[in-house]
Amino acid sequence: MSEEGGRAIGVETIGMTKIFGSLVALEDVSIRVRPGTLHALLGENGAGKSTLVKCMMGFYQPTRGQMSIEGHEVAIRNPRDASEARLGMVYQHFTLVPSLTAAENLIVSRPDCPEIIDWKREIAALDAFMATMPFRVRLDTPVSNLSAGEKQKLEILKQLYLDRRFVVLDEPTSVLTPDEADEMLGLLKGMTTRGELTILMITHKFREVTAYADEVSILRRGRCVGGGLVGEIGTQEMARLMIGDAEIRERAARVERTATPVVLDLAALHASDDDGLPAITSIDLKVHEGEIVGIAGVSGNGQSELVEVLSGQRDLDDGRILVHGHGFEPVRDQMARLKVFSLQEEPLRNSAVPRMTVAENIALRTFDEAPIASLGWWLKPGTMKARARDLIARYRVKTPSTDTPIENLSGGNVQRAVLARELSGDVDVLIVANPCFGLDFASVAEIRTQILEQRNRGAAVLLVSEDLDEILELSDRVAVMSGGRITLDAPIGATDRSAIGHAMAGGH
Amino acid sequence: MSAVTADPVSPEPSRLAALGPAVEAVIVPIGAVAAAAALFSLFLLVLGKSPLTFFELLWRGGFGTAFSWQNTLIRTAPLIFTALCVALPARLGLMIIGGEGALVIGGFAAAVVALPMIGVMPGWVAMPVMFAAAALAGALWIGFVGYLRHVRAVNETIASLLMFYIAVAVLNFFVEGPLRSPTDPNKPSTAPIGADFKVGSIPGLDVHWGLVVGVVLAIAAHVLMTRTTFGFAARVTGGNVRAARAQGLPVGKLMIATCALAGACAGIAGYFEVAAVSGKANASLIAGYGFTGILVSFLARHNPIAIPPVAVLFGGLAAAGGLIQRRMGLPDASVQVLQGLIFLFILVSETVYGRLSLFSPETRR
Repeated sequence: MSEEGGRAIGVETIGMTKIFGSLVALEDVSIRVRPGTLHALLGENGAGKSTLVKCMMGFYQPTRGQMSIEGHEVAIRNPRDASEARLGMVYQHFTLVPSLTAAENLIVSRPDCPEIIDWKREIAALDAFMATMPFRVRLDTPVSNLSAGEKQKLEILKQLYLDRRFVVLDEPTSVLTPDEADEMLGLLKGMTTRGELTILMITHKFREVTAYADEVSILRRGRCVGGGLVGEIGTQEMARLMIGDAEIRERAARVERTATPVVLDLAALHASDDDGLPAITSIDLKVHEGEIVGIAGVSGNGQSELVEVLSGQRDLDDGRILVHGHGFEPVRDQMARLKVFSLQEEPLRNSAVPRMTVAENIALRTFDEAPIASLGWWLKPGTMKARARDLIARYRVKTPSTDTPIENLSGGNVQRAVLARELSGDVDVLIVANPCFGLDFASVAEIRTQILEQRNRGAAVLLVSEDLDEILELSDRVAVMSGGRITLDAPIGATDRSAIGHAMAGGH
Repeated sequence: MSAVTADPVSPEPSRLAALGPAVEAVIVPIGAVAAAAALFSLFLLVLGKSPLTFFELLWRGGFGTAFSWQNTLIRTAPLIFTALCVALPARLGLMIIGGEGALVIGGFAAAVVALPMIGVMPGWVAMPVMFAAAALAGALWIGFVGYLRHVRAVNETIASLLMFYIAVAVLNFFVEGPLRSPTDPNKPSTAPIGADFKVGSIPGLDVHWGLVVGVVLAIAAHVLMTRTTFGFAARVTGGNVRAARAQGLPVGKLMIATCALAGACAGIAGYFEVAAVSGKANASLIAGYGFTGILVSFLARHNPIAIPPVAVLFGGLAAAGGLIQRRMGLPDASVQVLQGLIFLFILVSETVYGRLSLFSPETRR
């Protein structure tokens, strides 16, 4: 493991094709990743990026096509074969055991991990390994206490510890702050230039491609539609290849308003986290008609608990939520009467039922009202499907049919279906949480436009986001949460990045 | 590399793939039963008994003659009810295994409310009251399990199982004590309800009306789950409780209501055992229908429509037990070994769904 240089291996896919039933997920994709490079795999959600790397890693058997490693054809029949061929993958979501320490996680991940572990010896060996690495992680801390950036580093260290020489990173920066992302990509770039590693990075951020990648391949609708050296292919060209002829929605113009009434009023909200510890403390916040209030903050400072309280997923310990001056509890009839809607991150976890059909998921808001329900209890599936077809067309949800389980759709399309459900009616209050998390270019543009349109129509929008750029782009007013409290609340024009950053760190 | 803009061509989906999930839902359980039968044959061979004789007797005792069909169908009715007691909560992601307790309490309640009416009230008054008492007692019994789950987050599987032992204790206490009737000196029982309050047979069959009520209830449960807003809300809650809460659905009430409905089904099983079979409440209520119902529901994949036919199969197994015991010198429990094996294979087969490439298009996750 200590040999330097020349470790990195080149990997090539030749005519990779994967067909799922009636769906051609991947068609004749040939990509060559040269040893010691950072190769970006660019594409929209559903373009086939995950399918391609899953075929490479042995999770899927390609319908046709081969893999070649260092110029030799290799059959990767399962993940174990991939591991033996020194191929590894870091997933978007962490796969570490939270209750174990970093050292324990690394040692138990080894395929040759002995039945009885001599911890003293193993940890000494691990320390020696760490000394050769360009970055470290505290080895004796439980993983649950590590920050997202540290976890990401540990995932990458794990790949190196397992002596993987070609590593796929699935959107590695999606859980990191901008500074963490830059640091991480800088380190990875250094490792590839030194020939220690070859990296294939799935992404849809052009900035990451232009700043860190050596080469890029672009997928669209299951085909490789182009690529080349990063210096030779411009951002414009990449965007064109990635999106194709699909139109990107023009961002809605911001209608200026003054002195509108308060619609959503949060008064001294207190709530606890899953362990019963205070998660949010005395949250006071007012959102006016036609206003977007953005809540910024480092992940884990009470934002998710606040959203859960507002959307009925968590009980309030104390305080009141007022909508138009009326006390509001997040139960079904009040949500309908006061027109409160929500758009959350990870829709398959928060706002959709994975195994139910697209039509049923689109009907979640309206299934118990006319015209879908007659007499308030008898369902009419025909009407439900007709309404779903209409919304699917209007919101451009890509789905084989209204009867497809929604879990079979790509992330962007699940979120569009939820968007269609939540925003197609009259909206007075909109609670939004990281709506674009992990979504592609076109979906992000679509979703942000829809949020702005709701604001322009007079909705009071509370936007909780870990993406500061998103908040700065959309908000009229910005609030910052730190340690469960609001540490800053100012009009967007009266503050700046450094003041927000200071408040994020807990300053007042 | 140059840009290619053509769309990928999608081939026509194959017929088999389109039918996939439906075909799979039939093939996999049948395969599981066949595998269990094969393993059970081995077990018989080890004992020095002929599997062929066993299955032949099973057929004869369960389905071979009009008489054995009657035996089978009499045992089918309670299995439909107790299977529904598992299937309905399963749609919400709750695993209730204490249907036997609700059956016992339901049967006991029916017998108790009948006592003051014996010889006083006509059958058409007493019978609906007994029926309602049994359903209500069962509903409260399992509804309480749902309440504990919602309010105190008590595991519903364990709670319902433990409640079964309480039900047995309640029955034994009253039947052996305050409510013991002198008419039956050998077996402690409540006073017989008498012929006036007895549920009769379906014309032309020696099978009581419980079977018809069971089939109707199974169909009603299917309609409830697929075609009503209640069932829709229940499926949302079972599929993703976070999404259900974000939609403002009354998750706790849905849990309690579904558990109560489930308990009512098991309570009705108790009613028919008292009012159509034994004519009184005693320890023979504890015949294991509640536990076999768990098997039936699993084999039917918690689909109410599939429950009646599966219940017939298990009714047949139970009906043939006596014949097998007499002819082969095997203990009665040997049929239970077969049932246990079937359950084991059913649980194992759950992992097979979606993996048989012949029947299902692979789905992307």
